[in-house]
Amino acid sequence: MFTEDWNELTADQRLETRLDAWQNLPIEFASPEVATAYRDRVQLWRDAVALKKPARVPIAPWIGLFPMRYSGFTGHDAYYDYAKLGQAWDKFHADFRPDGLAMTIAMVPGKVLDILDYKLYDWPGHGVGNDASYQYNEREWMKEDEYDLLINDPSNYWQRYYVPRMFGAAEPWQMLPPFTDLCEAPFTAPFFVPFSLAPVKQMLQKMMDAGDAAMEWLQAFMAIDGKQMATLGIPQMAGSATKAPYDILGDTMRGTRGLMLDKFRRPEKVKAAMERLVPLAVDWALRSADATGNPIVFIPIHKGADGFMSDADYRELYWPTFKAVLLGLIEQGLVPMVFAEGGYNERLEVIADSDIPKGRMIWMFDDTDMARAKQIVGARQAIGGNVPGSLLAMGTPERVDAYVKDLLSKTAVDGGFFLGTGIVLDEADPACFKAFCDAGRTYGAAV
Amino acid sequence: MSKELTEAVIELREQDALQITDRLLAGGTDPLTIVSSCKDAMEVIGQRFACGEAFIPELIMAGEIMKGITAKVKPHLAAQAASDKLGTVIVCTVQGDIHDIGKDIVASMLDIAGFEVVDLGVDVPVTTVVDKVREVHPAVVGLSGLLTVAFETMKSTVAAIDKAGLHQGLKIMVGGAPVNEDVCAFAGADGWAKDAVGAVDLAKTWVGGA
Repeated sequence: MFTEDWNELTADQRLETRLDAWQNLPIEFASPEVATAYRDRVQLWRDAVALKKPARVPIAPWIGLFPMRYSGFTGHDAYYDYAKLGQAWDKFHADFRPDGLAMTIAMVPGKVLDILDYKLYDWPGHGVGNDASYQYNEREWMKEDEYDLLINDPSNYWQRYYVPRMFGAAEPWQMLPPFTDLCEAPFTAPFFVPFSLAPVKQMLQKMMDAGDAAMEWLQAFMAIDGKQMATLGIPQMAGSATKAPYDILGDTMRGTRGLMLDKFRRPEKVKAAMERLVPLAVDWALRSADATGNPIVFIPIHKGADGFMSDADYRELYWPTFKAVLLGLIEQGLVPMVFAEGGYNERLEVIADSDIPKGRMIWMFDDTDMARAKQIVGARQAIGGNVPGSLLAMGTPERVDAYVKDLLSKTAVDGGFFLGTGIVLDEADPACFKAFCDAGRTYGAAV
Repeated sequence: MSKELTEAVIELREQDALQITDRLLAGGTDPLTIVSSCKDAMEVIGQRFACGEAFIPELIMAGEIMKGITAKVKPHLAAQAASDKLGTVIVCTVQGDIHDIGKDIVASMLDIAGFEVVDLGVDVPVTTVVDKVREVHPAVVGLSGLLTVAFETMKSTVAAIDKAGLHQGLKIMVGGAPVNEDVCAFAGADGWAKDAVGAVDLAKTWVGGA
């Protein structure tokens, strides 16, 4: 609950309350000018979300490892060396001054992953090269016959099946009973018996060690982002994140392939599981957003892109539960910022859904026809993104400038647009990235 | 040709397709007839994919059904002569990238189309590709990648094949969601394809099979 009278507020009032809080976060700015720059930047976001024409198009690229490479460091440094991470972040933001911070949260602390023996990703220096970006290990982390376990009790499924597979260190959790066993006094002692077993004790010790490492990371991360906000007046891009129910299942539970086969073999189970995941997905974002005071919710979406399923399946399988998540977030005054990776040309009519209140979210696109996206989705919600990673990595500053100029002329003339990248940027030619930011400042103020 | 089997595969009725296969085998149908019935079905699904009526889940499901049928038919089938094949294609996801779904679909579609496919897997070092090219003399090498880091390794893989003097008489294609003409030129490949059907068409054009 964000304020004491939260339950009495309408969704509109909640949104305004959250936006005001974000614009007036209690930050000790380096100077009154920086404080003004921060509030002006948040105002760019507010205006663009509300489909108004901001003073300038907000420059909001998703940034991954690029700052590390720009400073001569590696991905491994980002995951293991907070001093280097901080240096790289300082230099990147000072040199390019975007309107949202690079995603520090995506620089996952390697020490925490090491202690827990994390299985779902490979990360720099662990399964992939020191300078590679993280990658998913696509596997059926949830088995095909486990849908009923998930549907009946997601928390129990997570604790006793999914988490023990996710972390090598958490395997002994399978020995623990579900917490819902705890009720009457006579149930208490039997519940705690497994906690006396050596593997469980070792697991709990590792979890405490991971907690210490995570606390160390949190402090470093807050100091790094806090410094950028206080000295440059750049707000964080998002204060929370969540996922579409279909992607929760498809990305890291059943896997892309597994879920695609489930669509044919057990469609009703897939639907029931996704419905069960809706409130969880809203709650993930809500708790972080309340803690950070930033209402923007980052939602990368994957498995509903063009080619990944038919239009009929998108309408029937993907969209209903994702829409329920979006509406749940909007009801709480949050601003979903969806990042539709891949092509979304076939989905534009569906996502311009009139049940979603106008001017309440942001659709960032990748390989999508932006003029059509503007016409169809832009009539209801802010849009953005699309500048190709390949252009920023292998193009020329002149080509980048021309691309951004053309893009803005098609999409930003009447507001409601965010200049962004079509990918989370790991690789870029610094001259091309500078051209991207410069073009945003030049044409973004003039359109 | 079994029309019933072809239709079951086209309509992705997995259980039906497997039962029909069992029945045909028990009734003494030539296993090669079963294989060609499936091949016909896969061609229809491929055409539907190419014109936007079928999608990745349909390709994967069809591949899964094919796998099931092949397992049943194989014991009844004499080894197919290598000369019947259109040519050998090496496929892999290049070093630094572990994405396999696109590469797997391409491999299975190439196989169904009649190529001998050597799948080297994911995150494949440059030297492994070069060694395999030297060993099997493929007509085509297909390099897959989803990450921008893959562009660099596609380039170094092509360069290594060049340097080893193995590029002559061999065509190299690149593919993966972010791959386009720029990436193809950057990597020094001979061609690129947007999806699995495009990759099969390109390979067929190169070996004179289409």
